Amino acid sequence: MSSIGLIISFFIIVAGLLWLLIQSIRGQEADRRVIFLFMAIAVSVPLLFNISFSEKATLIVEDVYRKIENLPAGSKILLSYDYGPSMSPEVEPMSNAFLRHALVKGHKVYIMCLWATGQSLAATAVDSVIKREFPEKVYGIDYVNLGYKAGGTGVLNVILTDFRKMYLADVVGTNLDSMPMFQGIKSLKDMDLLISIGGGYPGVKEWILFASAPGNIPLAGGCAAVSAPLLYPYYPRQMIGLLGGIKGAAEYESELKKNHPQRFANMPVPGIKMMGPQTMAHLVVLAFIVIGNISYFISKRKGQ
Amino acid sequence: MKRQVPLLITFTVGAVLILSTFFPPVETMGEDFSLYFDIIAVFAFFLGGGNLIRVNSDAIAKKKKGWGFSMVTMAGFFIMLAAGLLKLWNPGGIRGDVAGTGSMFQLLYDWIFNPLGATMYALLAFYVASASYRAFRAKNRDATILLVAAFIILLGRTPLGVYATSWIPESFSILQIPNLAIWIMSSPNLAGQRAIMIGIALGVVSMSLRLILGVERTYLGVDSE
Repeated sequence: MSSIGLIISFFIIVAGLLWLLIQSIRGQEADRRVIFLFMAIAVSVPLLFNISFSEKATLIVEDVYRKIENLPAGSKILLSYDYGPSMSPEVEPMSNAFLRHALVKGHKVYIMCLWATGQSLAATAVDSVIKREFPEKVYGIDYVNLGYKAGGTGVLNVILTDFRKMYLADVVGTNLDSMPMFQGIKSLKDMDLLISIGGGYPGVKEWILFASAPGNIPLAGGCAAVSAPLLYPYYPRQMIGLLGGIKGAAEYESELKKNHPQRFANMPVPGIKMMGPQTMAHLVVLAFIVIGNISYFISKRKGQ
Repeated sequence: MKRQVPLLITFTVGAVLILSTFFPPVETMGEDFSLYFDIIAVFAFFLGGGNLIRVNSDAIAKKKKGWGFSMVTMAGFFIMLAAGLLKLWNPGGIRGDVAGTGSMFQLLYDWIFNPLGATMYALLAFYVASASYRAFRAKNRDATILLVAAFIILLGRTPLGVYATSWIPESFSILQIPNLAIWIMSSPNLAGQRAIMIGIALGVVSMSLRLILGVERTYLGVDSE
């Protein structure tokens, strides 16, 4: 089914692009609606026919994977949901993959949000990943949800030295001191790894500037593809690794499946699945660039 | 007085936050000031909500162009506000997590807000495709360099980039498209980003000093003196 879909989608797209190329050579610009139609086909056909590709982790993704993999069981990982619904299709696969990896390795996961919209997304992750796939994990012992606090970088400034000045209780009002997970935890400096997911403000960059660098705490990031180039300057010294966009998530998912084949045999892989539409969309954009330039040079020559 | 009090607050807060970085005895004061900031940040929600009601109710009352959209905005605002404040249908009751499973707030978030937000972002793909066809053209040398870099990055972010150049021997692996894409990101992009960041940081330091010393007063609604 997948290969038939691949052939059909390639045939439709290639035929259409050839038609566009002929139109361009004739000096006729393509209508915007035609371009939109191409993009719709390029994105929807791989989804309908379940077209996906194999992924190999790049070094920047592998570094994050290795860090979580090699931490001793029981290490403390803080996961911050710093994004909203607009960004969630792109970054949610990576936050779920981080959760799965941390829990399967027996680490303790502390969830918090610097974005108000992150709290609901974190709650969804707790329900759909932790409670469904790791029913043996106990709230307050293996994971905790601290929820959202207003203030952005101000929150980081405070919890860098004292958690309890900002968070007296978790998201449901349970006192932090009553939870085994918080025994011996005073501040962010007691965490073994910080992970921020999100590409806006406050996000990975603010976590580096206000928490990881001043507190000398290892930090990994996950962000939308458009934000990744802005974060490269921090890798590898201030940030141990980065998952950029769907490709980063797909690479991480493939590493998880490769290294934990039995535990994650039936794991949902939205990142890998979404690489099909993204690949097609990229190819269509590339074709448009080529056709647009051919059209430009032809019209320029005619003009001369 | 109207000017002197805000200037004094700005100077005190700015000076304490700078000193708290360098002098441990002032560190606690820096933390406290950050805490005050977080408390003030909460009030921004009241301000934002109040402003949203004011602007949209005005548009509805005067039946301005697009007042129907204002009606939808107001309805959405009040429904979400009621669902969150009163924790309607929340299995944990009034003490439970506002985003608890099955709560009205979470249902509205999952089934309306989340898909709408994702849809808006997804529309970007269509505009990028249109822009790539119409605007991304090799008009001069700079535009051509940008075009080639974008081409390599786009191809390098797809499995096709791996398949297309996997035949290149390992000794020339830098010429494989994914490796070229990584090189562009980690060398020219890195250098450019760092230059921009250092420039911005210097600008921020200079602007912060102007604010702390009271040279920059435009935030008070008056010109610099």
